[in-house]
Amino acid sequence: MATTQRADRKRKTAQDNGREPAVSGLDADALLGFYRKMVEIRFFEDAAQRGFRTGKIGGYLHVYSGQEAVATGFLAAYQEGDKIITAYRDHAHALLLGSEPKAVMAELYGKGTGLVKGKGGSMHLFDVANGLWGGYGIVGGHIPLGVGMAYALRYRGTDNIVQLSLGDGAIHNGAFHEAANLAGLWGRDGMNPTLFILENNQYGMGTSVERATAMTDLGAKFDSYGIAHEQVDGMDLEAVHACAQRVTQRVRETGKPYAVEACTYRLAAHGAADFLEKYRTKDEIRSWRERDPIGLLERKLLDSDAVDEDRLGAIKEEAKRIVAEAVTFADESPEPPLSEVESDVYAE
Amino acid sequence: MADGSGGNGRVPVMSYREALKAAMADEMERDEAVVLLGEDIGVYGGTHLITDGLLDRFGPKRVIDTPIAEGGFTGAAIGMAMMGMRPIVEMMTWNFSFLAADQIIQNAAKLRYFSGGQVTVPLVIRGPNGGGVQLSAQHTHSLEGFYGHFPGLKVVSPATPHDVKGMMLTAIRDPNPVIFLEAGALYGTKGEVPEGDYTVPFGEARIAREGTDVTLIAYGRQVNLLLRLADKLAADEDVSAEVIDLRSIRPFDERTIVASVRKTHRAVVVQEQWRWFSVASEVAALIQEQAFDDLDAPVERVSGAEVPAPYARNLELAAFPSEQQIADAVRRVLYRGV
Repeated sequence: MATTQRADRKRKTAQDNGREPAVSGLDADALLGFYRKMVEIRFFEDAAQRGFRTGKIGGYLHVYSGQEAVATGFLAAYQEGDKIITAYRDHAHALLLGSEPKAVMAELYGKGTGLVKGKGGSMHLFDVANGLWGGYGIVGGHIPLGVGMAYALRYRGTDNIVQLSLGDGAIHNGAFHEAANLAGLWGRDGMNPTLFILENNQYGMGTSVERATAMTDLGAKFDSYGIAHEQVDGMDLEAVHACAQRVTQRVRETGKPYAVEACTYRLAAHGAADFLEKYRTKDEIRSWRERDPIGLLERKLLDSDAVDEDRLGAIKEEAKRIVAEAVTFADESPEPPLSEVESDVYAE
Repeated sequence: MADGSGGNGRVPVMSYREALKAAMADEMERDEAVVLLGEDIGVYGGTHLITDGLLDRFGPKRVIDTPIAEGGFTGAAIGMAMMGMRPIVEMMTWNFSFLAADQIIQNAAKLRYFSGGQVTVPLVIRGPNGGGVQLSAQHTHSLEGFYGHFPGLKVVSPATPHDVKGMMLTAIRDPNPVIFLEAGALYGTKGEVPEGDYTVPFGEARIAREGTDVTLIAYGRQVNLLLRLADKLAADEDVSAEVIDLRSIRPFDERTIVASVRKTHRAVVVQEQWRWFSVASEVAALIQEQAFDDLDAPVERVSGAEVPAPYARNLELAAFPSEQQIADAVRRVLYRGV
């Protein structure tokens, strides 16, 4: 019985998510561009999971499948000099910011051609030249870094911002609360252009939001620190995109932090070692699959008559090809030279 | 003046506290990237008055009073450092750094490595370390061994006003995270401190007193204890003790220690921290690895008692290395009856 109730609740939540109408004004070409990216991310993550199952990828692996619209929508508002920082579900962020899929996959494969030379793996993707400042493995631990980075951007007199992604699981951690407090405090003087992107995928690992806090309105946690916030349907690319354009401009102009709770869902398991998924029902997953961000965008595109199935099929084939090439590259790349064991511990 | 004499041939005398502040203030004048963060460092002037007056000089954007949330502001300082700023974080005392340990160990120490060399963290975390002023269990720790354990950190522990200035300048200019462990009990001690810009490099121990019969090794406030004892041993027992001030825990100056032991053939290592898994244990192991054939006696370690620090003055004194304990250890390595 409990199982059924849980599934019912999730179905309702999934429907409720459509609260913000999409007013993005994106034309079909722009939407197709986002579609292409989201499909590439999905195929990339599928390939990563295969790589994990076949022993090509070690350690932990956390895929972004189901949450693609969030990073895709927000990173469309990236401007040169902005800083992006996230937790360990970071492959999409790298791919969206322009990291070579080959280098990202090679990192997962632990190869010397990887994004961080095979020294960080899936959880520690960095591509500083493209704005990606990690990739962190300790839940909540990166949040103070992002707030400090935002201070530095204003201290240097730039109008850049930090996009700081965190999961719903991180919001119960002290690091979040200490950092959010500082962001609010420093933002009062226009010294903290941090955009908190709370990716609420409903579960911190296997613990649902309801089982982790008595105050389940997660966005409201930002009220404690004087940080304004809103909610967006994280499955709707157009809604996320519109929201991101608006709120990044606000943060850029004011130097004050702002938070967006993106309601989304992790369609894949938490990590590649999460086989049983005892904490959620198949019905619940199925109901969210109906709101798969790629499926939603696909239907929207087809309904608009601007594109046909063939066009979408060609995009998928192209994405598959890119991912397949990345896998081949990763597989065939040499392991890192052993000299890498001891390098990069200290800067000279 | 480049020679630090101030032009009149005389080197100014100042306190450890003043020397420390001078280093930070001088570097803040020189480099706008340097900022300070910490609890009550600005309006209040710093609980140990290290930063007193700096808010007026440099303003609130560079002297940042923080809420009492070590993990948050230490993490934020790491973020600033990643962006090329050179923050100096004050731990009101190092005892509170456990609250920031995740940030220090998991982020500051490792970022360069797991980013494949893309990120550097030019950060200094400083504050008083060690006990001796009846602060009892939660406010008394010597964390050299703890922080010295982690690759990616640099860990120093200057003992004199001269060294605290020169090593602070080195620390601020170092592109890596530096754990700067001040001898809190020595803030008021005075010594010659050259004016102007000079640095004391990391990884170089200081021979604080030359001798030929036994090598006494310490850092922080135990160095002063050893110097007093060495004078007594010379006067009363005709023992010539060499005193080495390690100054730097990581990187570590193996050469100076080994050279001294090759000369004296005996070593006593003194520390306030607990013995197990400590700096003294590492020094003892190093000596037996590199100077085994030169040793005429086992290396002695004199450490804090294996207890949380007690409050009462007599109990606290009993829990820290005493002159008597060290003198006994010296006599043992010299095979003189104790």
